[in-house]
Amino acid sequence: MTDALTELKQLPDIGGPAQPLLTVRGLTKHFPLKTGFLGRGAGVVQAVDDLNFDVIKGETLGIVGESGCGKSTTSRLVMALMAPTTGEVVFDGQVVGGRELPLKEYRRQVQMVFQDSYASLNPRLTIEESIGFAPEVHGLARKDARARARDLLAAVGLNPDQFARRYPHELSGGQRQRINIARALALRPRLVILDEPVSALDKSVEAQVLNLLQDLKAQFGLTYIFISHDLNVVQYMSDRVLVMYLGRVAEVGSVEAIYAAAAHPYTAALLASRPSMDPDRRRTEPPLVGDPPNPINPPSGCRFHTRCAFAEPVCSATVPLLHPAPAGQQAACLMVVPGSGHSQAPKVAA
Amino acid sequence: MTEPLVHVRDLQVRFVSRDATVHAVNGVSFDLAERESLCILGESGSGKSVTLRALMALNPPRRTKLSGTVRVGGHDIITASERKMADIRGSTVSMIFQEPMTALDPVFTIGRQIAETVMRHEGLSRSAADARALELLELVQIPSAKRRLAAYPHELSGGLRQRAMIAIALSCRPKLLLADEPTTALDATVQIQILLLLRRLQEEMGMGVIFVTHDLGVAGEIADRVAVMYAGKFIEEGPVRDLMRRPLHPYAQGLLGATVHSGLRGERLTTIPGAPPNLERVPQGCAFAPRCAYVEEACLPKVPDFRSPTPGHAARCVRVPQAA
Repeated sequence: MTDALTELKQLPDIGGPAQPLLTVRGLTKHFPLKTGFLGRGAGVVQAVDDLNFDVIKGETLGIVGESGCGKSTTSRLVMALMAPTTGEVVFDGQVVGGRELPLKEYRRQVQMVFQDSYASLNPRLTIEESIGFAPEVHGLARKDARARARDLLAAVGLNPDQFARRYPHELSGGQRQRINIARALALRPRLVILDEPVSALDKSVEAQVLNLLQDLKAQFGLTYIFISHDLNVVQYMSDRVLVMYLGRVAEVGSVEAIYAAAAHPYTAALLASRPSMDPDRRRTEPPLVGDPPNPINPPSGCRFHTRCAFAEPVCSATVPLLHPAPAGQQAACLMVVPGSGHSQAPKVAA
Repeated sequence: MTEPLVHVRDLQVRFVSRDATVHAVNGVSFDLAERESLCILGESGSGKSVTLRALMALNPPRRTKLSGTVRVGGHDIITASERKMADIRGSTVSMIFQEPMTALDPVFTIGRQIAETVMRHEGLSRSAADARALELLELVQIPSAKRRLAAYPHELSGGLRQRAMIAIALSCRPKLLLADEPTTALDATVQIQILLLLRRLQEEMGMGVIFVTHDLGVAGEIADRVAVMYAGKFIEEGPVRDLMRRPLHPYAQGLLGATVHSGLRGERLTTIPGAPPNLERVPQGCAFAPRCAYVEEACLPKVPDFRSPTPGHAARCVRVPQAA
């Protein structure tokens, strides 16, 4: 690298607005277990199983689900931080890791913010070194990388003169999360994956960071994948929502359709599990009993059938595929598939 | 007049180390009646967990300086010896924590841990204690309880572990249950199950409950009364309906406004600027004044007293009217 760049520019849009920014096709990740005699007979954790979804340019796609549903594995697969068992990720029409889009180029365009703001910063680098690190790796001169870091600090609402030379341990959780956001933006990415970015923050700080994320999205023309277990936060942030259960998509669609007319019983239960915020309308019955099952030996057929109030024998035999539901979303439930054999399924037109 | 279950007056807790003294709790006073549930709401560092631990004398003894009055079920907690405390804990007051994995002992089975508690406090024989353990697991709705008695904590899911911890806490039928963010680490569908379980157990066993949380939704589900804590003080206290619908103190208003709930889509969230004060020094006036949009002269010289516009609902703010 002889000529150091003086500025990093956001890479141009290739396929136009109609082409999804990110397409995930048949993405599967199984983790083999190393127990069992000589490694034989050991099971696999089916962390993510045959995942398909698109992320449209300029939108925020929310991903919700409980622990073990595969939402974090999904984010790591999309970031190419681990290799999928099968399946591929296509970014703006180009296969990630292929000849057109090598990983280094791809990672310039996709960045990530993690939940643990402290663990994701190098404790021995100052804030401006941390933020300027990636631009330097991608060919920016050190001086320009530092200047970029200071611009970004201002953009995330931290005074550069006050914070640039500090170390991560000198900052509060909210400030550190702002640093992580600034660092994610340092390469001018087009897609930012936010993996539980506000879960570890206090409520008043959470609101500040959510406002900031909305501002930055407009300012830098970003697309977000927003992963959270907090349904209220996902509703506030997202245009479309993807609900995951035990490694599969349960339901996907616009935030209006899903929150107003959930088609999958799991989505409905998840929404009904939110504390009511109204002391006069307290919940009386839990919508679901028990914990999510173990992803090592997930239930057969529909993985939700063991906890579902509408389960019928057909549910344990047939794997439901995503199918259009009345409010315009898609749901993987036999009750929305005509002729599926479930008693509540719509009748097939004669 | 009979004494309330919990009687706290001007509780102060300081943590002293060589480098600094942290004033974690700066004059907390409240009463809790039997069968009542109080929710202490606050952000990290507000002193809510320290207050809770003071009710059970669980703060580290050497570094903690306590003053004020703390009486639980007629016992004076501040002056009680460690030996006396060991008797009070379990039978009078008991506590559940956020992380069941760290609160349970990993090398003993669930059944053994429950049996140990009842043998120590109620002097039951081993077989009677085992029978009691089974009863308790059924009480907290652990499926196939008999088999789960022989399980180690790591063999249980998060929700079951939390239920096992509740079973241990209830094993000696305490009059007061303290809960320190017991549902924060749980998934949404499990959290609501645990909240409903705690509410049912409280009614059935007639316990008083003090619940510490940062989640308004949790308070709305479980509390009779809510106290909002800031910088080591209660700054507002009132019945849950009044507090959630008409918060008086600007901090409580900010906290409610900053909580994301449905119906806010497309609107900007209200935030509280700045950060809580450093508690190495006790704030002179109202501790929230530096972040408050309505700050005035009267806020600064001394901490505002509680002012109560309606019975039972009061806040430490000079702007709140005092009912005659």
